[in-house]
Amino acid sequence: MNDILMEVRRDYVLAKIREGERIDGRAFDEVRPIEIRTGLIGKAEGSAYVKLGNTQVVAGVKMQIGEPFPDTPDQGIIITNAELVPLASPTFEPGPPDENAIELARVVDRGIRQSEAVDLKKLCIEEGEKVWMIFIDIWALDDDGNLMDASALAAIAALLNTMVPAERFEVGDDYPLPVRDLPVAITSLVFEDKILVDPCRDELSVGKNTITITTDQDDNIVSIQKSGPFLLSEKAFEDVLDVSIEKAREVRKLLAEV
Amino acid sequence: MEEIKLIIDGRRLDGRGFDELRPIKIEAGFLNRADGSCYLEMGGNKVVAAVYGPREVHPKHLEDPSKAIIRYRYSMAPFSVEERKRPGPDRRSIEISKVSREALEPVIMKELFPRSAIDIFVEVLQADAGSRTACLNAASVALIDAGVPMRGIVTSVAVAKVDGVLVLDPMKEEDNYGEADIPFAFLIRNGKIESITLLQMDGKVTREELKIALEMAKKGAMQIYQLQREAVLKKYIREEVIE
Repeated sequence: MNDILMEVRRDYVLAKIREGERIDGRAFDEVRPIEIRTGLIGKAEGSAYVKLGNTQVVAGVKMQIGEPFPDTPDQGIIITNAELVPLASPTFEPGPPDENAIELARVVDRGIRQSEAVDLKKLCIEEGEKVWMIFIDIWALDDDGNLMDASALAAIAALLNTMVPAERFEVGDDYPLPVRDLPVAITSLVFEDKILVDPCRDELSVGKNTITITTDQDDNIVSIQKSGPFLLSEKAFEDVLDVSIEKAREVRKLLAEV
Repeated sequence: MEEIKLIIDGRRLDGRGFDELRPIKIEAGFLNRADGSCYLEMGGNKVVAAVYGPREVHPKHLEDPSKAIIRYRYSMAPFSVEERKRPGPDRRSIEISKVSREALEPVIMKELFPRSAIDIFVEVLQADAGSRTACLNAASVALIDAGVPMRGIVTSVAVAKVDGVLVLDPMKEEDNYGEADIPFAFLIRNGKIESITLLQMDGKVTREELKIALEMAKKGAMQIYQLQREAVLKKYIREEVIE
């Protein structure tokens, strides 16, 4: 039964795309409405809830003091994890993160790391001995497509909201985590050289063929991930770069208000 | 930490020009048990790829009645890196396996083999930088050696940004201390690059630099493609002589 519904939906999405339209009436380069709320988890050092269309995600930041990695003795540590918990979709199963959850976490992590949004050198307490460790945990609540962009947004919003718990660890007074860049991920569905920005779940029924471009506030590209078994033409690649840079600027404005 | 200079007098640390590949060695049909295989060296990378199938799917519920399923396992030997790596898949290997499988899937004619599996296993025996690209190049030759019908050949190479310049096929130091790493893979058909099948990036580059990186990668991929072709031809020509 589900398969038949899926087929019908797929045909409808395809017919619409070929007519130059999207099923929800959006323009091809239009991002769904975004809602960002921060600080909703009092126990976390930082937190954010993001609603992107009907996709909902919560990200929480916890911090603790640990030993630095031997090759970066003067730098703090960021660890990003994502859980596609079974309440978020009938297709998610309990258990350790699968390849999709791992990919999600790693792409979000790269955006934050490569944009140097957090100055890791400022998180060093005692070189080679004690540094701050930032754990970003992304919890999917409702998957209506494009968990990637919602998660990336929730992660950076949670960091913007983070107070370093120095008092609790007896190393001084609490202070806001210094965040110096706003990386924004834009994911698009690629279908026959057409680019559908921020695909919803129904649109992804034509194939989970996406590309995620993360840019920093100077329009540098800090992360790219082609995801899905498809052939990407050079033209689609060029187009997706242009539209992603432009859309990220729009989304970043929302983040600046957080 | 001290600053490490990666470009000295317009040359890279190993003396290569910016658009020069590391030495590559490819041998098709390296293993006996596998249906198709390949041994490949790309700079300091030494990798082996094996293809099994099309064969029965285990576990059964993974079967697809309309096409073959493709599985790709990227694995690193514990002794392949400086510090011993714990055997078994870590998060990095799982992600590499996913994107590599997705790079090959649209090229393999899997609709010809319903209800079957094509398994691709790659083992990194020694890792330098760019092991995922080396593995994909080897996997592609192993698929051809196994006689799996394909729309073309997949060829992979990375471009890095180091000391502000773009360089082809980065080695370890350039990967570790560079500003960006961009692995590409392409579908090459009838001697021409048709499309991109793998694309990742982490680091910091401008829109313009990406464009140049793509052109560099395409030139490098065409050279690797020639070597992949030669490796396949060599195996089959030798077999004819024995007859």
